[in-house]
Amino acid sequence: MTYEHHDYDVLIIGAGGAGLRAAIEAKQRGLKVGIVTKSLLGKAHTVMAEGGMAAAMGNVYPEDNWMVHFRDTMRGGKYLNNNRMAELHAKEAPDRVMELEQWGALFDRTKDGKILQRDFGGHRYARLAHVGDRTGLELIRTLQQKVVSMGTDVFMECKILKLVHDAKGKVAGCVAYHRENGEFVTFAARAVILATGGAGKSWKFTSNSWEGTGDGHAMALWAGAQLIDMECIQFHPTGMVWPLSVRGLLVTEGVRGDGGVLRNSEGKRFMFDYVAPMFRAETAESEEEADKWYDDHTAGRRPPELLPRDEVARAINTEVKAGRGTAHGGVFLDIATRRSPEFIRRRLPSMYHQFMELAGVDITKEAMEIGPTCHYIMGGVKVDADTTATLVPGLFAIGEVAGGMHGANRLGGNSLSDLIVFGKRAGMGAAEYIEAGDVASAMNMDEVEAAIAESLAPFDRVEGENPYDVQHDLQEMMQVNVGIIRNQSELDEAAAQLATFTERVKNIKVKGGRAYNPGWNLATDLPAMLTVCRAVTIGATLRKESRGGHTREDFPNADPEFAKFNFAHTTNGGNWDSEIVTEESPLLPMPDELMALLEEAK
Amino acid sequence: MADVTMRVWRGDANGGDFENYTLVQNEGEVVLDVIHRIQATEAPDLACRWNCKAGKCGSCSAEINGKPRLMCMTRIDELPEGPVTVTPMKAFPIIRDLVTDVSFNYAQAEKVPALLPPPMPEGGYRMFQEDVERGQEFRKCIECFMCQDVCHVIRDHEDNKQHYAGPRFFIRYAELEMHPLDTNDRRDLIREEMGLGYCNITKCCTEVCPEHIKITDNAIIPLKERVVDAHYDPVAWLGRKIRRKTKISANDAAVQPAP
Repeated sequence: MTYEHHDYDVLIIGAGGAGLRAAIEAKQRGLKVGIVTKSLLGKAHTVMAEGGMAAAMGNVYPEDNWMVHFRDTMRGGKYLNNNRMAELHAKEAPDRVMELEQWGALFDRTKDGKILQRDFGGHRYARLAHVGDRTGLELIRTLQQKVVSMGTDVFMECKILKLVHDAKGKVAGCVAYHRENGEFVTFAARAVILATGGAGKSWKFTSNSWEGTGDGHAMALWAGAQLIDMECIQFHPTGMVWPLSVRGLLVTEGVRGDGGVLRNSEGKRFMFDYVAPMFRAETAESEEEADKWYDDHTAGRRPPELLPRDEVARAINTEVKAGRGTAHGGVFLDIATRRSPEFIRRRLPSMYHQFMELAGVDITKEAMEIGPTCHYIMGGVKVDADTTATLVPGLFAIGEVAGGMHGANRLGGNSLSDLIVFGKRAGMGAAEYIEAGDVASAMNMDEVEAAIAESLAPFDRVEGENPYDVQHDLQEMMQVNVGIIRNQSELDEAAAQLATFTERVKNIKVKGGRAYNPGWNLATDLPAMLTVCRAVTIGATLRKESRGGHTREDFPNADPEFAKFNFAHTTNGGNWDSEIVTEESPLLPMPDELMALLEEAK
Repeated sequence: MADVTMRVWRGDANGGDFENYTLVQNEGEVVLDVIHRIQATEAPDLACRWNCKAGKCGSCSAEINGKPRLMCMTRIDELPEGPVTVTPMKAFPIIRDLVTDVSFNYAQAEKVPALLPPPMPEGGYRMFQEDVERGQEFRKCIECFMCQDVCHVIRDHEDNKQHYAGPRFFIRYAELEMHPLDTNDRRDLIREEMGLGYCNITKCCTEVCPEHIKITDNAIIPLKERVVDAHYDPVAWLGRKIRRKTKISANDAAVQPAP
């Protein structure tokens, strides 16, 4: 068969912050760039980011610098991070944030006209550049407008099915279909950059949109790359819990950064009871001390509400389990009694709007009901920090689909800065790879045909299951068995169930035609979802300790032996249902000068 | 709770009709929840766009009981009793069911001459909150394109799409014109090619904006004043001539990338 075909130097899969930033860099280096996105341009999950992007610019606290940011990131990640990524991120984020203003971004300002920075969990100083509580929108619009002004080809509503190799095993392109008409298309590229975001849609209560199906994680694994830290999933402490239809919807950490506190059904500000030993020295012991800190960080220590997200999410979970939750199974997030209505509306306009319109709650008058929601996957494709190259020649990965940067737990605000730091680095890395000249030759068309045939199979089955039923049951199963708190018997149950789900996916029946058919689109997402869920479950089973975004009821403490390596997954066969092979992959050795920064902090 | 009946337009460019779906109504649900439940059960091929389900991405625009609304922000229990009619946006060509071809808007975006700032000084630009706030209002835009959908200049006159940018892009031009760092001049372009004069300030766009941006009062009217002043005021005209020596015209800037 012949298909619509396009050739690029660099093909970028995903049009969120990372993909768009990579496109700008590759374009500036004179390369022919194509961007493919499952949605319309400007709708990627980046728009959901609210609080800000972390960069040690020192505009509010001159004491801040990259070394403190590095240290905060490593501590937040419970030292499982790729230390070179954390170093590059901390060093380069300020320049990446400031250059956004050349392209039109309008951040909130300090009194002397610099970019204002706000407090967030786990960051020692006020560090998040922001625009109210819609920073992600500002980031994506700025990058989108820059990319458009440079004249870049963007293929919207186009779903990549699989990466395709050349005869020697390099990545040579990919095969996709247009959602609008269901027609197939092939893209050949000398370098492919994965910027596909996360995988949270496999959990029932999630802040992720329909797009977060782990396509990039799965495609990289199928193509021969390694996935690391897949068991490390961030459950954001504050998702909406009511009405049920919006359960999981994100409530920005900025509420707590701006003075909001967590209370249980007894009205108690409970976070003081949950300060882990590693954070005690820098966390306030009383409400009085904590409240002084908001205005002057030298007058008191940090409020415990601003501990890293994993700590806060676990605490909320414990309070609810102990019977001190709200009627709808959450806890209260209260800013109404702590800040003026004017302040709340100015600093948190989207939150005001979201609660007013969806829950009928005026957050300037009443407390919000919140609880943990599946938000972010720290795990992802193993990459070289400097170039973002994966183990497969020609394949690069950035943003949420890449692993290592955030270790076992990501600090709020470190995601948007991750996108722009490593987005630029991917553009550089791909350009250098292409310049070196040893790039892929023609795509293996057998791989193309196989991927297309597999995607069409659900139309041919006479009988079979509705893909929505399979997705719904998968989400329920993962929520129950591989959720925020895990144990051996539930993980064993998950592994057994996933084998059944694999068979169910092979028996899906799709109704209707190929043109803009969401049922078919979902059927083509499910293989990736299954692959990712299997890798997460294997990692969670093997990591017999609790660390960051991985908590084991049966192994409640961190074990130093597990701090020495990542669990790294590959497949035996390269298909979505192939066996996953897992090994212990040693962490990158930490140079003495970086080690010294962590020692100082202790 | 009582049942809810949804009248959903199904079809494609060749035509279509309403289909009725009756479902149990759950507490607190929005229109998009009910559409999703129809997809998950009776009609897995029912086409609709959505992403964030939180009013932040602007993907799920449709006409609910004849009015442009975000499906994710419209609660069923706030609508009048009786069937809920959901139709695709009228001003754009149909792709399938509730999904329309919004490429007109992306084509307009390509025509916008980029921001042209001075080189960034060491330590970054200095701007003040009161100066950025005007632009920040317009940058709240989530590109749901409902202002474009409701604007009668294109809703009722398809031909006008050739020479009319529409409210979404008037706020974009206003944002750039008010940007503290911008040195570009887009006034001729806005008047001559973007059709600002066609807008007769009926404020339909402002009424449908889910971000409550005062499109007409804060963007279109000031932009009209600015463009008209530049064109008819001899002093402004002279100033423009002189300033042009240091300013790059919009058409040149359109092909010249910002740094």
